[in-house]
Amino acid sequence: MTTSDQHIDELMDQYPPKPEYLIGLLQDIQDQQGYISYGAMLLASEHTKVPLSQAYSVATFYQSFRLDPPGEHEIKVCLGTACHLNGGQQLVDGLSRKLQIEPGETTDDMMFTLSTVNCVGACAIAPVAVVDENYHAGATMQKLEREMRKVIDLSSDKIMGEPNA
Amino acid sequence: MRYLQGILQIRCCPDHIREIAVIEFKINDKEVKAREGWTILETAKEYGIDIPTLCHHPAVAPTGSCRLCMVELREGDWSKLVASCIYPVKKGITIYTETPKVHNVRRWILEMLLASCPASEEIRELAQKHGVISTRFSVHDPNQKCLICGLCQRVCEEVVGLSAIAVLDRGVHKKVGAPFLRPTDICVGCGSCVTICPTDAMQEIFDTVRGKPELPLSQLA
Amino acid sequence: MHNQSSALQQGPCRLESLDDLNKFREQLERNIDPDHPEIVVCHGTGCLASGGEAVSNAIQATLDASGIKAKVIPGIKTTGCQGFCSRGPLVLIRPQGIFYQRVKPKDVGEIIEKTIVQGEIINRLLYKDPQTGEKIIHEEEIPFYKYQDRKVLHNIGKIDPTNLYDSIMAGGYQALAKALTTMTPEQVVQEVELSGLRGRGGAGFPAGRKWRSALLAIEKKGRPVYVVVNGDEGDPGAFMDRTIMEGDPHAVLEGLILGAYALGATEGFLYVRAEYPLAIKHLGIAMEQARAHGLLGKNILNSGFSFDVRINRGAGAFVCGESTALFTSIEGKPGNPKPKYVRSVEEGLWGRPTVLNNVETWANIPLIIDKGGDWYKKIGVSHSTGTKVFSLVGKVNNVGLVEVPMGLPLSDIVEKIGGGVPGGAPFKAVQTGGPSGGCIPYSLKDTAVDFDSLTEAGSMMGSGAMIVMDDTDCVVDLARYFLRFLEEESCGKCMPCRFGLSRMREILDGFSEGRGTQADIDDLISLSKAIQDGALCALGSSAPNPVLTTIRYFKEEYLAHLEDQNCPAGVCKALITFQIDPEACNGCTSCARKCPVGCISGGKKEPHTISADECIKCGICKESCKFDAVRII
Repeated sequence: MTTSDQHIDELMDQYPPKPEYLIGLLQDIQDQQGYISYGAMLLASEHTKVPLSQAYSVATFYQSFRLDPPGEHEIKVCLGTACHLNGGQQLVDGLSRKLQIEPGETTDDMMFTLSTVNCVGACAIAPVAVVDENYHAGATMQKLEREMRKVIDLSSDKIMGEPNA
Repeated sequence: MRYLQGILQIRCCPDHIREIAVIEFKINDKEVKAREGWTILETAKEYGIDIPTLCHHPAVAPTGSCRLCMVELREGDWSKLVASCIYPVKKGITIYTETPKVHNVRRWILEMLLASCPASEEIRELAQKHGVISTRFSVHDPNQKCLICGLCQRVCEEVVGLSAIAVLDRGVHKKVGAPFLRPTDICVGCGSCVTICPTDAMQEIFDTVRGKPELPLSQLA
Repeated sequence: MHNQSSALQQGPCRLESLDDLNKFREQLERNIDPDHPEIVVCHGTGCLASGGEAVSNAIQATLDASGIKAKVIPGIKTTGCQGFCSRGPLVLIRPQGIFYQRVKPKDVGEIIEKTIVQGEIINRLLYKDPQTGEKIIHEEEIPFYKYQDRKVLHNIGKIDPTNLYDSIMAGGYQALAKALTTMTPEQVVQEVELSGLRGRGGAGFPAGRKWRSALLAIEKKGRPVYVVVNGDEGDPGAFMDRTIMEGDPHAVLEGLILGAYALGATEGFLYVRAEYPLAIKHLGIAMEQARAHGLLGKNILNSGFSFDVRINRGAGAFVCGESTALFTSIEGKPGNPKPKYVRSVEEGLWGRPTVLNNVETWANIPLIIDKGGDWYKKIGVSHSTGTKVFSLVGKVNNVGLVEVPMGLPLSDIVEKIGGGVPGGAPFKAVQTGGPSGGCIPYSLKDTAVDFDSLTEAGSMMGSGAMIVMDDTDCVVDLARYFLRFLEEESCGKCMPCRFGLSRMREILDGFSEGRGTQADIDDLISLSKAIQDGALCALGSSAPNPVLTTIRYFKEEYLAHLEDQNCPAGVCKALITFQIDPEACNGCTSCARKCPVGCISGGKKEPHTISADECIKCGICKESCKFDAVRII
């Protein structure tokens, strides 16, 4: 048994083996591991007594589930109505161009995942982008590029700080 | 009629058949009788009234997804469209199967199906039967036959009892397949999904579900 | 963070009766000095994003560093959203009630030194009324707050949402204690029926009638019956429910427990959108605190009535706001709606009778039980009683959360409370009801904002998003935006919705690219009717509303797109060109350096030009120009 399987075991202990707990369990697995692997899904489906095909159906139906490992940093651009009217789509287009990935994809160096969200409910400060859970009010390409450089610097500092990395 | 007896045997304990109430209502101004628990579609079939449908099959539970079987339920001046495959019969209701509202829904669905499943002969025939011979919409995939009615998934789950396949993703991205789109050994290759498919689309999907058989299915038959 | 929690430090005490609750509240109040200075910092999402946490941290750090010469050390409190998001971060000084806005960490020292220690007001941080130019000291005198009637939002911005005692002192759980001690379940239902409360989630179905139907279903089928909170607030532009769950979670919980008592439910569910982690956290804390004090769980307030509740996190699907989809999601399946030929009060969660109401509806229940249905129905208008919370966003000066009595004219909300459109021009339209709603044009600005009047105008109340549009917003683009949104969010089960929304969007794409025809408009209307009649659930059947209302009120704008190849608002990319005004351009080269495709040329200190052939119309040049020289033509 791998360490990640053991972690999943611990999560599964918190849920009774019933189909209604599948979504909660998958959410916890994703919170812990960043995404849901084939193996993790198999364990979750067995534990909650849901056929694998249906567990997969659930994971692909809901937008928040991720079946591939995410990048180190996530940039989420809100496309709620207020953000749309204030140029949210331009931000997505700009970031897409800059990172050379489509929304939902991760850069080859696994640094950034670009995603869109339907409304984070922060309409008063539109357009909003969320970089690693930090909300950016009145986001512009310039501000976001600055923020991206900042997080890249942080990551490289971290790597350089670990001699064996 | 044999079809209906089949349904009754599946749905009701034979001892209780006599106790099931008979429900009278009207389809297209004609008095009809149905058993309690029947749907409008089942009653219409019994009386030979044609209602088009693609996602309905007596072997599995109806889901009301293709919406081709919409009929108009009228009460005085008020009316609404209901899916006849799932709407339970009620005493005294009046149903119309050919009205401008019904035709408008049917026509648009068929016109959209022509563009979305252009490779399906069955859909072309059905559309033609209802006077839809061309579509204003662009074709994205000329080889597409699958309309994602879900019959294959339902038969695999409800009749075969395996759930080897599922309807994956959502909305415009919806498709039928096995988990992680990999061949699965849960599939025993019974072919029920291929048989029930209204458009022949499952034939191709089937080979991706059960892995690569030595002979393609078409040659096995 | 406060000195009131001595009781908590002795471990949680179980409250055994109404009397107990009253005594406990009095004891808490005795521990509080109403004249004790307190700095209240808004921690709503808007204020947090504009730096609210940095401000509260700075206050804490300054106080910790001591050196403060005040006689008493002020308390700090962080609250849920105070509503006036566009002026955040907001800081309120009590007991004087001084309202500071756009506060930065560097202002903190001065606030403590001057306002707290010396009682002086810092003029610079006060709100300035843009109309009169006057500086306003107190919250309640600011037009944004003055014309509101905050009932459901009453406690939000005053209490610390993670502190049960704060909630109890603000009257929390009074209604529950009253009901359990002095009312029968039947009387609770009657009170809700009498109030005329209609569901705040969209369709406006009377809550009392829903509860009554559930009771009839229980008579037939027996229990269990479930009560469910719909906190899957998915309408883009709406954040009322989020604010209530984050800012006053005990009110939602109390409403739900009251509903459970009325219907005899022992189990309930809170279905909350995963995009609202703070709401989930605060509700979780509230549940724990309520359990520890005998307000939730076994034998609530020693009344013999037991009820408990569980949180289900949504997983990112707008359609789960629809009742049958929400139930299948709680059951652990993909959120595909089911046809509603049998109502969910009879056959809901696991086929059992179920009462589902949205967050705001549940949060109204304690008010109704506490003050009476008779009191409640006097607020608002006859068929739409009570107040409604709206999120007022878009092209409006005072962006934020407002609560008003039902039936107020639309213009009062947008102009009096919202302060109108920036620049002073009249608004072009107000979009209400989210993707299922419609656009109300300026000519109908006197429309009363209640369930029936909005429906009559072709829109709907929805959950309460109000998006103000001005002349730079294109209605074709907005209609396209909503269709695209619903296309992505459609579950795809039924064909009118799965195929129809994409196909309608494709037709609208044609308009935004100048390819539309008159026949397209006719087709849009006819296909809309087919989707309204044919779709399986409310998401689909209401999806054409934004298209139909924009065609109804703004047909000339559609025609401009097809006849004149012109987007009057300057939004639709295919119909606009970016140009640099040589008079205004001073050749700073900023735009040329930022252009991602390098299509801007011109020497230093010379007017620049954009090559129209290469331009991708991303708008970065316009964004980066400090001299407003980039024009859209």
